[in-house]
Amino acid sequence: MINIKNLHKKFGKLVVLDDLNLEINKGGVFAILGPNGSGKTTLIKSILGMVIPNKGEILYKGESVLKQWEYRKDLNYLPQIANFPANLTVVELINMVKNLRSSATNEKELISLFGLTPFLKQKLGNLSGGTKQKVNIVLTFMFDNNLIILDEPTTGLDPIALIYLKDLINKAKEEGKTVLITSHIMSFVEEISDEIVFLLDGKIYFKGSIDEIRRETNSTTLEIAIANLIKKQYA
Amino acid sequence: MLKILKYSIFDLLRSRWSYVYFFFYLLLGFVLLFLNSDMNKAIITLMNIIIVLTPLIGTIFGIMYYYNSKEFTELLLAQPIKRSKIFMGQYIGISLSLTLSLVLGLGIPFVAYGLFKSAAIFDFTLLLVVGSFLNFIFVALAYNISLSTENKIKGFGYAILMWLFLAVIYDGLFLISLVMFNEYPLDKFSLAATMFNPIDLSRILILLKLDISALLGYTGAVFKAFFGTAYGMFSSMGILILWVLFPVLNIIRKSNKKDF
Repeated sequence: MINIKNLHKKFGKLVVLDDLNLEINKGGVFAILGPNGSGKTTLIKSILGMVIPNKGEILYKGESVLKQWEYRKDLNYLPQIANFPANLTVVELINMVKNLRSSATNEKELISLFGLTPFLKQKLGNLSGGTKQKVNIVLTFMFDNNLIILDEPTTGLDPIALIYLKDLINKAKEEGKTVLITSHIMSFVEEISDEIVFLLDGKIYFKGSIDEIRRETNSTTLEIAIANLIKKQYA
Repeated sequence: MLKILKYSIFDLLRSRWSYVYFFFYLLLGFVLLFLNSDMNKAIITLMNIIIVLTPLIGTIFGIMYYYNSKEFTELLLAQPIKRSKIFMGQYIGISLSLTLSLVLGLGIPFVAYGLFKSAAIFDFTLLLVVGSFLNFIFVALAYNISLSTENKIKGFGYAILMWLFLAVIYDGLFLISLVMFNEYPLDKFSLAATMFNPIDLSRILILLKLDISALLGYTGAVFKAFFGTAYGMFSSMGILILWVLFPVLNIIRKSNKKDF
């Protein structure tokens, strides 16, 4: 579904992605992990066309995404920091995004699921961080698309919202969709993901299932396995 | 693009500052007409204010809007919309809402004072046209600065410096060079120097129309002698259009290359 070839990106002198190759097949939850500054967000943003790579090729469904924008009709993205125009109300923002994409939505269901109904008429500037993140999740999941990209989706969520988020991800998986997630909460990753992509120094250091990564690092849990991998970089 | 434009205008029309700006012009218009009780004199005073103030407000609004809506721009960038359309929509949205504040804020008091029955209507219209041009030019320049500066404080600083340079320092340098090189023929130089500053250009454009030779100054006189009134106005208007066009093209070029 996504095919990344020889992707290279540097910001000034700092090389963030260094000749990265990655293939992601259709269906399943893929967790992109790595230490801080390993290029997770840059990788995701390159797929979205927000970061423009220096070299390399990104194919989505067999077609290059560089300098294109129509392919984004077919994917949902949850950004890391949910900051919206302070003057708009929740319902206006939702209507605006709907208006921009003009495809079928199921926002009503999601709004009641996350208990956002009392906030609909409120201005986004007055909402708490967690509530903003819920709005962010509604905006992401209200479209029925084959690729869902989530950048730190758990930030600020209360335990119930977290359970609902996991349900949404599992439902997407059952429907055969592809979900890309970055997160630092290992228990969350362990619970929902099928495959781990571990980034280190701008390259794919490891790609495989959770069992494989545990076996390879001789660790009992994913958290320890990942900690062991990161420790190697610090050493 | 129209959708983005609609939402930026909507967003700005609900911000307190658009109203502060609108009421400022409204008050200014009424006070000037009350003090001068002569529409022509009020227009000259207004010109001096508009020529310095619209660039400043345009610069500040442009810079603040860009940095404040950064995360929102990122949300839009992930939607199926072409990049240039996002930035053009925002740019036109800010410029239009500022122009609306200017035109309504000054228009209401002048119309109430009997503008439509007065001969000053053309002068006044030109004043508003020039003010709108300055809005579009300086918002575009501010967007250029903010697109190339990640740091908000730095961007703000550069933008204010740019305004200070074009509104104040440029004239000083210009004057000094005229004094220093007064043995040489300077008319070509001063023509060119005026064209490279939209604020000076706007001032001359209005003064040519008002036809007050005492206020024209050296450059104005050169302009008038070189182009004549009608031709001078058309050419300066043309250059003002270029002043909008080039920064706007640069916004598109820059935004297409930028990482978010």
